[in-house]
Amino acid sequence: MRITVTVNGQPHTREVEPRLLLVHFLRDELSLTGTHWGCDTSNCGVCTVQLDGVPVKSCTVLAVMADGHEVTTVEGLERDGELDAVQKGFVECHGLQCGFCTPGMLLTARALLDRVPDPDEGQIREAISGQLCRCTGYENIVRSIRWAAEASQKVAESEARQ
Amino acid sequence: MQVPAKFEYERADSVPHAIELLERYGPDARIVAGGHSLIPMMKLRLAQPEALIDINGLAELGRIAVEGDELAIGALVRHAELLDSTTATNLFPIFRDAERVIADPIVRNRGTVGGSLCQGDPSEDLSAVFSALRATAVIQGPGGTRTVPLREFHRGPYETAVAENELLIQLRVPIAPGTGSAYEKVERRVGDWPVAATGAVITVRDGVIAQAGIGLTAVGAEHFCAPEAEEFLRGKAPGEETFAEAARIAAEHCEPHADQRGPADFKRHLAGELTKRALTRANLNVAGSATDPNVAGSATDPNVAGSATEGRI
Ligand code: FES
Ligand code: FES
Repeated sequence: MRITVTVNGQPHTREVEPRLLLVHFLRDELSLTGTHWGCDTSNCGVCTVQLDGVPVKSCTVLAVMADGHEVTTVEGLERDGELDAVQKGFVECHGLQCGFCTPGMLLTARALLDRVPDPDEGQIREAISGQLCRCTGYENIVRSIRWAAEASQKVAESEARQ
Repeated sequence: MQVPAKFEYERADSVPHAIELLERYGPDARIVAGGHSLIPMMKLRLAQPEALIDINGLAELGRIAVEGDELAIGALVRHAELLDSTTATNLFPIFRDAERVIADPIVRNRGTVGGSLCQGDPSEDLSAVFSALRATAVIQGPGGTRTVPLREFHRGPYETAVAENELLIQLRVPIAPGTGSAYEKVERRVGDWPVAATGAVITVRDGVIAQAGIGLTAVGAEHFCAPEAEEFLRGKAPGEETFAEAARIAAEHCEPHADQRGPADFKRHLAGELTKRALTRANLNVAGSATDPNVAGSATDPNVAGSATEGRI
């Protein structure tokens, strides 16, 4: 089946089997290996990408279901060479150790801040509750997302003042 | 690597088209929406449909609206959309309670209300919620639509009243003034099935309980409800002792099985305790429910109606 999926703003057309999962489409067909693949059972959340701006577990979505839709992966977060605020937050606050869960965490964090620009700790923990991190104990992930929220607000304030 | 077996893939562009495709492919076709029950089962070869009929494009099934004295919820409404719908959660706080603990937030972005009910898992949360609410399922087939009370919808584990050439299109929940509702669940961790869970819905008129609904899941209650406990509540004034007795009757009605989530007597105890708590909280939000003019005024939730057509598949 012929599908066209817009990934990180770029349309990609491929001939795929209907049974191909979105995670493998991204990794194997498009060589976007930033999207990780772990439990394969919609539990761990490392395969999380945004589908039309909404975080989904790409191991449980068929590539054909994304036909005609927009997917954002971790590769699409940076803009014109500048990292997204959530990526900067993870750098600043040591939000990762091995990095396996990180791409999924970043996309969930971005979607959360798009909806709730100033989330409290509870909201952050709830948003990432479908994702497992084997390393950090979550503390620094929560801090990283808070950092991103505060940094974005500072930017917005200074822009408003100008 | 887990990959489903091969299948044909069709995209429905209307409900009649979906039904036509179901008829064309016969009993080995399955409807797919969120796919969060079906795709994992296909990966494990627990399900091996020959054809998948994708209904994600049917925006008409993604709406939540008050229609007359009923709340209509489309089968394609995502769990996250039900949670976000103030129309639904103001009328029935039980939706907020339950949707916050169904699967996890990312799965809720994708999984649908109709898919959860049609999966027919004996531990599924919304089955208990809609059973407690005495909802009606609207099912469409080649000959038109028919309605089935939710309490007759599940024919057994993983078996529903929806025939091979039919599609669940909507749930309708009766709205009655003076209704309160709540859901209580114990789960081992986020995303797990409940150890036990109870939904309670009571309608209070002139100081007595005019109607009661108790929904139970994961504890072996037939049709996800506890009719004897509901019968006991009718005509009584709401209160601690009444709720405790109803909870005892509900627990007795359950037939839980021991498994990795706990022994049977523990689950039965939980069912009783959670019933008591759910009834108590349902009673507390009676005033804020359908009797609140502000709530009744928000007939349709524009956010929800809009999001269904925004191509959020
Ligand atoms: S790989 Fe998709 S949730 Fe674990
Ligand atoms: S940083 Fe290793 S899994 Fe999260």
